[in-house]
Amino acid sequence: MTTSKDIAIACRNVVKDFGDGDTKVRALHGIDVDIYASDLTLLIGPSGCGKTTLISIIAGLLNPTEGEIDLFGTPQSKLSGRELVRFRAKSVGFVFQQYNLLPALTATENVAVPLLIQGMSRPEALKIARGVLASVDMESRADQLPSQLSGGQQQRVAIARALVHQPRLLVCDEPTAALDAKSGQTVMELIRKVAVQPGRAVIVVTHDQRVFRYGDRIIEMADGRVVSATNDPGQIAHYSEQVPA
Amino acid sequence: MNWIAWKMLTGDRAKYFGTVFGVAFGVLLISQQTSIFVSLMRRTAHAVIDVRDASVWVMDPDQQNADEIKPLTDSDLNRVRGVEGVAWAVRYFKSLARAKIETGKFRQVVLLGLDDQTLVGAPARMVEGSLANLRRPDAIIVDKAGYEYLWGKEPIRLGRTLEMNDRRAVLVGICEATAPFQTFPVVYTRYSQAVRFVAGERKVMSFVLAQHQTGWTDEQLAHKIHEKTGLMAQTRPQFIRFVIGYYMRNTGIPVNFGITIALGFIVGTAIAGQTFYLFTLENLKQFGALKAMGVSDLKITGMVLLQASIVGIIGYGLGIGMAALFFESTRNVTALAGFYMPWEVAVGALCAVAIIIVLASFLSLRKVLTLEPAVVFRG
Repeated sequence: MTTSKDIAIACRNVVKDFGDGDTKVRALHGIDVDIYASDLTLLIGPSGCGKTTLISIIAGLLNPTEGEIDLFGTPQSKLSGRELVRFRAKSVGFVFQQYNLLPALTATENVAVPLLIQGMSRPEALKIARGVLASVDMESRADQLPSQLSGGQQQRVAIARALVHQPRLLVCDEPTAALDAKSGQTVMELIRKVAVQPGRAVIVVTHDQRVFRYGDRIIEMADGRVVSATNDPGQIAHYSEQVPA
Repeated sequence: MNWIAWKMLTGDRAKYFGTVFGVAFGVLLISQQTSIFVSLMRRTAHAVIDVRDASVWVMDPDQQNADEIKPLTDSDLNRVRGVEGVAWAVRYFKSLARAKIETGKFRQVVLLGLDDQTLVGAPARMVEGSLANLRRPDAIIVDKAGYEYLWGKEPIRLGRTLEMNDRRAVLVGICEATAPFQTFPVVYTRYSQAVRFVAGERKVMSFVLAQHQTGWTDEQLAHKIHEKTGLMAQTRPQFIRFVIGYYMRNTGIPVNFGITIALGFIVGTAIAGQTFYLFTLENLKQFGALKAMGVSDLKITGMVLLQASIVGIIGYGLGIGMAALFFESTRNVTALAGFYMPWEVAVGALCAVAIIIVLASFLSLRKVLTLEPAVVFRG
């Protein structure tokens, strides 16, 4: 697991519990893992293994019960709630399984949202958004609403939205799960092509074996633990989507 | 972010109009029902409202309203005239009488007898004929709605006659008058004539109407008259409140209308509040995505409040407009004459809608602010 690349995110003994008392469930059992800058890291594992919980903590959407996350050299625990919100706005891009585009906004307007959140003027944000939309081959659909786009097109808009503000961390949650094989492949190629940049860490949560080949590094989780981390997709040929008994 | 809030609100036209019309309907219910109640109660004081040229009403101390009248004596009039500060004081007669028209058809009427010399208390606006004609023998003036009650939709024709207490009365004019609580025609005549149109009693003077001298206020004069004569004396606004207060306390109208208004308020609140609350709930996932992308709770609060304000203002405008339209369109309906929307009701409805919107926003915000942004990762 050694590498010469910079560590973007370091998770140390990260534990996450949900609920209290008798209803308490431990979702993560002391995760120790590093995410490297300039890499596309795949986080794989069966449903319920804790992948989404881990990326929620890494992205600052959930607080860990125990342990420490180091975000680009800054301990997450040192950030106040407000700083964490600012960190997400400035440094994190999200691609969701269900796209989560705002249905009332056109493709361009949706892409401009992260810039507007940061306080950029609307005309300037829309101008930049159009450019980024072009980079994902969606300029011809720029003025269409999400409801007028196919699933694959919506996900491309979502990728443009996640990248428009040049984040240092891109978190993609099952980006191909709602897509057919061809659209899924297109989306992963796009992430590979436009998202992976020097200094940017890209994490893709998936249990879709067809996309494993796009990862620089694959971290496998099971039952709230990291069970393997490899740079070679062939090493995880045993992977199964079944939840371990 | 305000622009995004506006787009989120108006993006789905059906939802947006549904929410706005929910608020508008609530405002309509509240303002229309309250206005009808206020207008109806105002009718109980119609005779007092229409007397604009006298500032103080003097009556028997046991009087409870403007309809159940214990008459005064002529000496009471002289005693009032003798009170310091009184510029003038005149008789005023008010009673119910039975009027029979040419066809034999009859109706109960409100009979008002004005001082023969001064005609104090005369109608402020004539529709047909002249007030001066009231000085002719047997002359009466009937209000416009009353003419319809008596003669139906027949064109107005002066010179028609009717009978009251077997005495002939000649129609010399048509006037505007505030509609009485009971939909009776209002008949104006001279005092000397009015007392002949009803069955004779020893005492017949219903009220003394007085005006203060320069340098006196209405309240000072009313107080002075009461102090010197022992009679009840009230300024015009006091007497209007007194009469309305009687009906509020002694009839089932406030309770029944109160229930209607309360139901209107509850239904209005439920519709307006629920539609906005549901609107926010339906957008919860979108708010979750925005929170995940780094929109602070403060900005989210601003967005929800902006949406609520837009819905509230437009909904209020539409609702109050529809209520105003209702009263405007029924303005010439005889049975609804005098029903209007007081400005206080419009202000009250605005306060009500503000409360509704604040409540709905508060409930919605609770949902939004307690929402874990990580919810966006749950498919």
